[in-house]
Amino acid sequence: MLKVEGLTRRYGDITVVDGLSFHVDEGEFVALLGPSGCGKSTSLKMIAGLETPDAGRIELEGKDITHLTPGQRKLAMVFQSYALFPHLKVIDNILFGLQARKVAKDEQKRRLDSVVELVGLQDHLQKKPGQLSGGQCQRVALARAVVAEAKLCLMDEPLSNLDAKLRNEMRSEIRSLQQRLGMSVIYVTHDQVEAMSMADRIVLMNGGKIEQIDVPEGLYNKPQTVFTAQFIGSPPMNIMHSTNERLGVRPEHIEIAEQGRPARVVSCDYHGADTVVLADIGEPEGKSEIIKIRYPGHAMFAAQQSISVHWRAEHEHHFPVNQ
Amino acid sequence: MLKRFNLKAWLLLLPALSLLIAFTHWPTIKSFWRSVTWARSDAAPAKFVGLENYEILLEDPVFWKVLENNFWYALGTVPTSIALAIMMALWVNSKIRFTGLLRLAFFTPTILPMITVANIWLFFYSPNIGLFNQLLAMIGVTGPNWLGDPDIALSSLMIMTVWKEAGFFMIFYLAALQTLSPELFEAAKVEGASAWRMFRKITFPLLMPTTLFVLINALLNAFKLVDHLFILTKGGPNNASNLLLYYIYETAFSFLDSYYAATLTVIMLLILAITALVQMLLIDRKIHYR
Repeated sequence: MLKVEGLTRRYGDITVVDGLSFHVDEGEFVALLGPSGCGKSTSLKMIAGLETPDAGRIELEGKDITHLTPGQRKLAMVFQSYALFPHLKVIDNILFGLQARKVAKDEQKRRLDSVVELVGLQDHLQKKPGQLSGGQCQRVALARAVVAEAKLCLMDEPLSNLDAKLRNEMRSEIRSLQQRLGMSVIYVTHDQVEAMSMADRIVLMNGGKIEQIDVPEGLYNKPQTVFTAQFIGSPPMNIMHSTNERLGVRPEHIEIAEQGRPARVVSCDYHGADTVVLADIGEPEGKSEIIKIRYPGHAMFAAQQSISVHWRAEHEHHFPVNQ
Repeated sequence: MLKRFNLKAWLLLLPALSLLIAFTHWPTIKSFWRSVTWARSDAAPAKFVGLENYEILLEDPVFWKVLENNFWYALGTVPTSIALAIMMALWVNSKIRFTGLLRLAFFTPTILPMITVANIWLFFYSPNIGLFNQLLAMIGVTGPNWLGDPDIALSSLMIMTVWKEAGFFMIFYLAALQTLSPELFEAAKVEGASAWRMFRKITFPLLMPTTLFVLINALLNAFKLVDHLFILTKGGPNNASNLLLYYIYETAFSFLDSYYAATLTVIMLLILAITALVQMLLIDRKIHYR
């Protein structure tokens, strides 16, 4: 339903978004993922119409919207800071867009009632945003986006201002809301966990360009570039260098076994459910090559202890040297 | 342990407090006392006369005239300068070129002392060689006598005051505008709000604390700022442009009647106190949303 083609944005000499192309299907949850400064927020703003692209084309349901004003695009957006109007009551915040678009009063009421129930704000409609907690503000912002019944909802790091516990709750709440209502969503985040757990498909960006577009399992199992391999997963994938290729193995796929490649323990990081073991697999007298191993349970290896590491061939990822 | 008398706190308050008492509170009390006494001359001992001075005041046509003038003066200058200030602030806050120059241009009248401004405008307003009338003459219109005609002298003063004050108030609005989060306006744009709706529903309400502050200042200035009268009209012709504070000055230093001047001063203080109080109580309640 949304098609983005060759979207480009430059600030002076710097190209922040460089030829971005992707699409969003009806009812699909697409995450724009990438490190900070990779151009994902700028891309979202261009889709919203808040930034003007220097090149490229945005199509919504077959209609070119590249040069429409934000209001004409009839999209909904959730901002990182929530962007709630501090002087308006919750109810007026939610209805702001419907009032601006002159939606009939009884229609406004019908939509308000259903959305308020969805996000659970019944008791707070007459309050001002200043009287609400962070999570409640987030719900108001969400309600304002849902009530618009827009074809496409844009979300710009909506959970980054919440604490870890609330973030986990809201993550599943947003996802279930999106699935129940069949919303089409573009969700910008720098948090791979959010993208992996919520999205149908992920657009992974780096330096203004797309690294890979894939479903979460695809990004994890078949990373096409070293960047993707190391961005997805925690701790990041080990990359071992040899003369003709780079070999990648995820820490969780390496076992400490009876037999295998000899290695020396450098240190252990206990994480509770597992331990990240740093081991050197380089030649004893040669250059050291440190890899990380995710070891279930509490590993107790002394530094310099000799171990053997082993992984299965199917868990190997091969990348060319000069990628 | 609870200290009843905190010496350090009082010592810290002392410098400000002594100045306030010596130059504000004590003169106020003295003026009030003076307004209920009278003497033939300053050398003669004053005697208590009760409200006699106030009875004179009620029957003084000049007092009513300056009060009426001051009312129109406030009504003419305050809303206009506030509206202009908001418009100028919105303009110089937008993403256009030369905002620095524009801001400077709007702010320049504020830097100038009132006396300087009045001298500049005296040249603008002069009947024959004045800038306005020369411009009007170019399109074949005979300009009025801006300061000499009783019907328009006060309006001429108002125009100059608005010119002088709007730039000053613009600075406050500009500062307030820059504290507003741009995401609020982005959100409003995405929601399809027109520019006018954004101003009416978001910008203006969020600027209310500034408007209250500016409103009080503008109203007080309408009573306090009379420097330009000394240069331009001296309250004339026939008190047509006279204002309360200038009348107090005239009474005290030209007519040398310090007792009646004190009476007028008390009235002025009352007006100012009531205005400030009403504004604080009525409007303050409506605008605090944080």
